Amino acid sequence: MAQAAIELIGINKSFGAVRANRDIALEIPRGTIHGIIGENGAGKSTLMSILYGFYQADSGEIRVNGKPTHIKTPNDAIAAGIGMVHQHFMLVENFSVLENIILGAEGEALLKNSISKARSELRRLEQEYGLEVDPDALIEELPVGLQQRVEILKALYRGAEILILDEPTGVLTPAEADHLFRILQQLKEQGKTVVLITHKLREIMAITDNVSVMRQGTMVATRKTSETTVEELAELMVGRRVLLRVEKDEAKPGAVKLAIKNLTVKDSRGVTMVDDVSFDIRAGEIVGIAGVAGNGQSELMEAVSGIRKAVSGTVMLDGTPIDLTGQADPGELRDRGLAHVPEDRHHVGLVLAFDESENSILGYHDKPQYLKGPFLNLDAIQKDAQEKIEKYDIRPANPRLKTANFSGGNQQKIVLAREIEQDPGVLIVGQPTRGVDVGAIEFIHKRLIAMRDQGKAVLLVSVELDEIRSLSDRILVMFAGRVVGERGPETSEGELGLLMAGVEHKEAAE
Amino acid sequence: MEFVDALINILNSTIRVSVPLLLACLAGLYSERAGVFDIGLEGKMLAGAFAGAAAAAVFASAWIGLLFAILVSVGMALVHGFASITHRGNQIVSGVAINFIAAGSTIILGQAWFQQGGRTPSLPPEGRFGEIKLPGADALRDVPVIGQLYSGLLSGHSLLTYVAFLAVPFTWWVLFRTRFGLRLRAVGENPAAVDTAGISVAWLRYRAVICTGILTGLAGSYMALAQNAGFVKDMTAGRGYIALAALIFAKWKPVPAMFACLLFGFLDALSIRLQGTPLPIIGKVPVQLMQALPYVLTVILLAGFIGKAIPPRAGGVPYVKER
Repeated sequence: MAQAAIELIGINKSFGAVRANRDIALEIPRGTIHGIIGENGAGKSTLMSILYGFYQADSGEIRVNGKPTHIKTPNDAIAAGIGMVHQHFMLVENFSVLENIILGAEGEALLKNSISKARSELRRLEQEYGLEVDPDALIEELPVGLQQRVEILKALYRGAEILILDEPTGVLTPAEADHLFRILQQLKEQGKTVVLITHKLREIMAITDNVSVMRQGTMVATRKTSETTVEELAELMVGRRVLLRVEKDEAKPGAVKLAIKNLTVKDSRGVTMVDDVSFDIRAGEIVGIAGVAGNGQSELMEAVSGIRKAVSGTVMLDGTPIDLTGQADPGELRDRGLAHVPEDRHHVGLVLAFDESENSILGYHDKPQYLKGPFLNLDAIQKDAQEKIEKYDIRPANPRLKTANFSGGNQQKIVLAREIEQDPGVLIVGQPTRGVDVGAIEFIHKRLIAMRDQGKAVLLVSVELDEIRSLSDRILVMFAGRVVGERGPETSEGELGLLMAGVEHKEAAE
Repeated sequence: MEFVDALINILNSTIRVSVPLLLACLAGLYSERAGVFDIGLEGKMLAGAFAGAAAAAVFASAWIGLLFAILVSVGMALVHGFASITHRGNQIVSGVAINFIAAGSTIILGQAWFQQGGRTPSLPPEGRFGEIKLPGADALRDVPVIGQLYSGLLSGHSLLTYVAFLAVPFTWWVLFRTRFGLRLRAVGENPAAVDTAGISVAWLRYRAVICTGILTGLAGSYMALAQNAGFVKDMTAGRGYIALAALIFAKWKPVPAMFACLLFGFLDALSIRLQGTPLPIIGKVPVQLMQALPYVLTVILLAGFIGKAIPPRAGGVPYVKER
C-alpha cells in the first residue's frame, strides 16, 4: 500500500458542550479516492475543517505525507498541499473565473503579471485534467457544475496534492455529478489524493477506493469499498439496520382526486416553464415526477398548490377547479384537503427563527383546536407539537427549541408532520429527502407509502431517481416543461435517464 | 461672452462645492466596497474639519492642520471599525454614534479651547491651502473659450482640489489593478471566500476603514482650510449623507462617483447662482425653494433614474466564521 497522504491521530474538537469529533484516527493512502460518510452532524465537516485549518483541534496530531504538520490557518493547509472544495462555494460571484482563482495567491502587489501567469497556468491545468472553463466568465453566469470546477481549479492552482470535497454533489444534477466523478478519477490517475465527504451511499460505492464511516463524532469503521456493501455502510452510519428499499403492496387506485389539464406556466422572465401538461392523480396512488432540476417541476408544483400564476389550463381538486390566477388563498386550499410540502423548506416551508411548536401549526394556526377565543391556545399547541414529535421521532424532542437548531432531516419531519397530520386528501411533496439522513429517509418514505395506503393521492417531485422509482406507482418524466413520457416503477434507471435528458423514446429504442 | 463667463463661473463653483463631496464619496467607497457600511462619513468629516482648523490655528500651518485632520478622522474610523469589525456591532448604529459624537464634541471642545462660540479662530493665509495658479494661466486669460476655461476653471484651485480629482483615477487603479483592491472587493462580496483563501478578513477591512479615515480627513481639511478660513459649527451640513447618496448613484464605482458628485455640486452651485435672479416665465422664486432644489433632485434621481443599484453583497453584515 502506498504511503499515507494524510494521517490523523487522536483528533478531538468540541463546540461548547457538543463534542463534534472524539478521538478520531484516520489514514488516507496517497493516490486514492477516500470516502468519508456519515449522517448530518456526525462530524465529517468539522473534521475536514480542522484538516483545512478553518478550525483548530483541541488535541491530536495531523501528519501530511508522514510529517507532523501544524495547520492553524487555511494558509498552512494550502502550503502543505491541501485544497478544499466547500459545500457552499467560496467564490466571489461577480468576479471573473481568473480573479477568483488568483484571490489570495496573487504573488505580487500588482495584478498585471499574476493575471497573465494565472491565464497560462489555467490553460495548462485545462489540458492536463480536461477542466475546461472560460477564464473571463463571471461566476454568477456559470452553472453550478462549472462553478464547482472553478473551486477545483482554485485548489489545483495553489498546488494541491490532496483535494477535499465536502458534499460536492448536493447541488449537482445527476449528469453533472457523473462528470465530476470522471474528473476525480482523472485526478487520481495523475497521483492526487481525493477525500470525498458525502452522505450518499451510491456515490461512495461508485467512486471511492476506501470508505470511512463516522457516527456521532466518532470514526466507527474504515473499509475497502470493494469489500463492503451499501447495507453494511448504512447500518454503520445509522447504528441499526436500515431498509433501503421501501416495502409496499400493490396500489389500489380509486377515484380521480386531482385532475390537471393543459396547464401552462411561465416564470417571472416570461419563459414557459410548464408547457401544456395534463395528468390525473387518483386516490391511493403516488405519482412521481422525474426530471433534471429546472425542467418545470418546481413551477408545476407551485401552480397546482395555488402559489404561482398559470397562463392557461385547469386544475380540478375533487371535481372543483383551483384558482390559478396566483391569487388563490393557500389556506382555503388546505381546508379543501390539499397539502403542500415545499421543495425549499428553509425559505418556504418553515420560519427558521420560530419555535418548533410554532412551525408545527403554521398555516393551520386558525383552526379551532389551536385557538382560545381570538388568542392562540399555547397549551394545546405545545401538546399537539409534543404528539407530533413523538409520532415522527423528531429530535431533539423539545417543541420550544428554535427550528434553525434542528438538523435538515428533523426540519423536514416537522414540515411533513404538520401537513400529513391534518389528514389531507391530496399531498404534494417536493424533494422530500433533500439533505436528509439515511435513517430519516427511511422514515419519510414509509410515511408517504402509509398515506397512499390510506387512500390519499400523492404527487411526488424529486430529482433523486432512486426515490422516484421506489415510491411511485406511476412515473411521469418532465423535460423542458413537457411530460415526455409515463412509465411504471419497474422502468430501468437508464431508460428514465434518457427520457430526462430529452432523448425521445423512439431514438432510445434504436 | 457674458454667457461664457457666467457658465465658467457656475462650473467653477461646481468644482469648489464638489470637492468635499467627492472626497467623502471616495472615502465611503473604500469602506463599503470592503463590506463595512459607513453612515458616519459626515461625522468624520466634521471632526476632521475641526481638528484641522484647530491645529492650523495653533501651529499656523496648513500642513500640520491637514495632519491632525487625518489623524482624528482615522481615529474615528478605527472606532467604527472596532465596533463593527472586531465586535460585529450594527454598522448603522455605530456610524450614527460617530456622527453624534462629532457634532457634539467639536462644539464643546471648540468653545473650551477658543471661546468663540464653537468656532475656531479665523486662519491666517499660512494656515490655509491657497489657490494654485497653473503655469501660463494669466497669459492665456484673454484667449477665448480655451484660455478662459484653462485660467478660469482649471487653474486657481487649492492643492486639495487637485488631490481630490487625482484620487479618482488612483482609486480606480487601486481597486481594479492591485492585489489590495482585488481582496478589498472580494471581502465586500464574500468574506468567506477571502477567509478560506487564507487572508485575514478583519485586517483587510481595517485597512479599508483607514483609507476611509484618510479621505474624510482630507474632505474636512478642504472645508476648514481651503474653502473657509476656519471651523464653524455643523459646517459639513449633511454633505456626508449627500456623498453616500452619490455613492449609491454611482453604484460604488470611482469614475461615476466623480460625475455624481459633480452633478450634485452643479445643482448646489446653480441654486446659489439663481437665488434672487428672476427666472423666465416663472418670475422670482423664493430663496428657500432654490436651496431645496439640489435635495429635491437628489430624491428624484435616486428614486427614478439609477436603475438597480446592487450594493456589495456582504455590506453591513459582520463576518462570523460559520459553525
